[in-house]
Amino acid sequence: MTFSQRANVGLRKVPSWLVYLVGGAIPFWSLYLAATGGMGVEPINALERELGELAILTLVIVLAVTPFRRLTGISLVMHRRALGLLSFFYVLCHLLVWLVLDVQDLGRVWADILKRPYITIGMAAFILLLPVAATSNNWSIRKLGPVRWRRLHQLTYVISVLGVAHYVMVQKVWEAKPLAYLVIILVLLATRIELPRRLSPAEKG
Amino acid sequence: GASLLGVAGRAHAQEELEPNSLEEITSYNNFYEFGTSKTDPKKYADQLTTEPWSIEVDGLVDNPGRFSMEDILSQFDIEERIYRMRCVEAWSMVIPWNGFELADLLSVAGVQDEAKFVAFQTLMRPEEMPGQQYPILEWPYVEGLRMDEAMHPLTIMATGIYGEPMPNQNGAPIRLVVPWKYGFKGIKSIVRITALAEQPPTTWALAAPGVYGFYANVNPNVDHPNWSQATERRVGGGLFSKRRDTLMFNGYEDEVASLYEGMDLTATENI
Repeated sequence: MTFSQRANVGLRKVPSWLVYLVGGAIPFWSLYLAATGGMGVEPINALERELGELAILTLVIVLAVTPFRRLTGISLVMHRRALGLLSFFYVLCHLLVWLVLDVQDLGRVWADILKRPYITIGMAAFILLLPVAATSNNWSIRKLGPVRWRRLHQLTYVISVLGVAHYVMVQKVWEAKPLAYLVIILVLLATRIELPRRLSPAEKG
Repeated sequence: GASLLGVAGRAHAQEELEPNSLEEITSYNNFYEFGTSKTDPKKYADQLTTEPWSIEVDGLVDNPGRFSMEDILSQFDIEERIYRMRCVEAWSMVIPWNGFELADLLSVAGVQDEAKFVAFQTLMRPEEMPGQQYPILEWPYVEGLRMDEAMHPLTIMATGIYGEPMPNQNGAPIRLVVPWKYGFKGIKSIVRITALAEQPPTTWALAAPGVYGFYANVNPNVDHPNWSQATERRVGGGLFSKRRDTLMFNGYEDEVASLYEGMDLTATENI
């Protein structure tokens, strides 16, 4: 067996529930740290950033599944749904921390959504995530049919660009880490572009 | 004599002047010379050598020259000033600074009549300040004040906190503190002070004109494009700390509002 075959056998042995359990526990662990002084003297901002970064990191892994398989033969595809739903969960936690702990005022939350471009963009990404997360199940694939379902889930591309734009824009300066995420996401999206295939001499006839 | 001004302010602001702990003051800092994260300065600022240190005083002054830290500490009366510190990012602290009035230093230097502004410059030493190796801002960090702001008795050169020498991450060994302005005006680790006839460039106004201005007075009525400045969060309140209202001129309105009479403080050129 080649290395990638062995890796695939190993990966398939990891049960989905374990991915959900470990991934789902991370925000609770962060919340515990933030509440007990493990995230520094200003834990609200630290927690908010941590959850946002976790969401974008998970989204990058989701986008990398296909190019990574093409490149290495190692497939994470059986865990892609779990990773996608976890990313949605992290975004939801990030949003709740912003709303409940940070801004603390629904009127101001609404004003910020309308007034601050980076928040408008982040909120647009969240709203687009809703139908994608809601249809991340076998029943929806059957109901929608694979073509429509796949088209709907290509919203992930738009969501990732909006999400990383939100991340870049929230900084006061052009910071290296968000810009690196932006480049990685653009490269991962570029691998989806189907270049027009040059006809071989035989095909030209 | 002027020390009372340090704790003055509006009556309702007085009771909030319970200082943050030294741990809080030294763990959550913006000092981009050591990295852009709030925790980077504490992690990396110990690389900075602060001895020997001197400040070059030049420009439109009668007595240009170098002030060593020893000269400064022996020449000026170091007193405690408990000030609110409001960051442009909408968080705040209360800090018990030790320092002396900038006006004292400027009068020793002998500021000439044509001098209308004062410019300040931070040390440029990329090998000890790793943030300066990246073009996130134009280095070295520069700041400025109008002469009347610089001469105001609330404006101090701080040399310590809680009676200890200034911690490196807070701008050792000597920094500016202007309590009615956003924290970024309080330029750290100063090596040069220049009296000028014209308004000097300032680092954040160069980085994002229209977002950060020369004046940078704390003003709850003028928002940052990315967030409201109407409220702030006091560092150290924990995960469930409530926001509090931001005060005009950070609570020092009675002392400094007269400096800006007739200026529209919401106009972009005056932010």
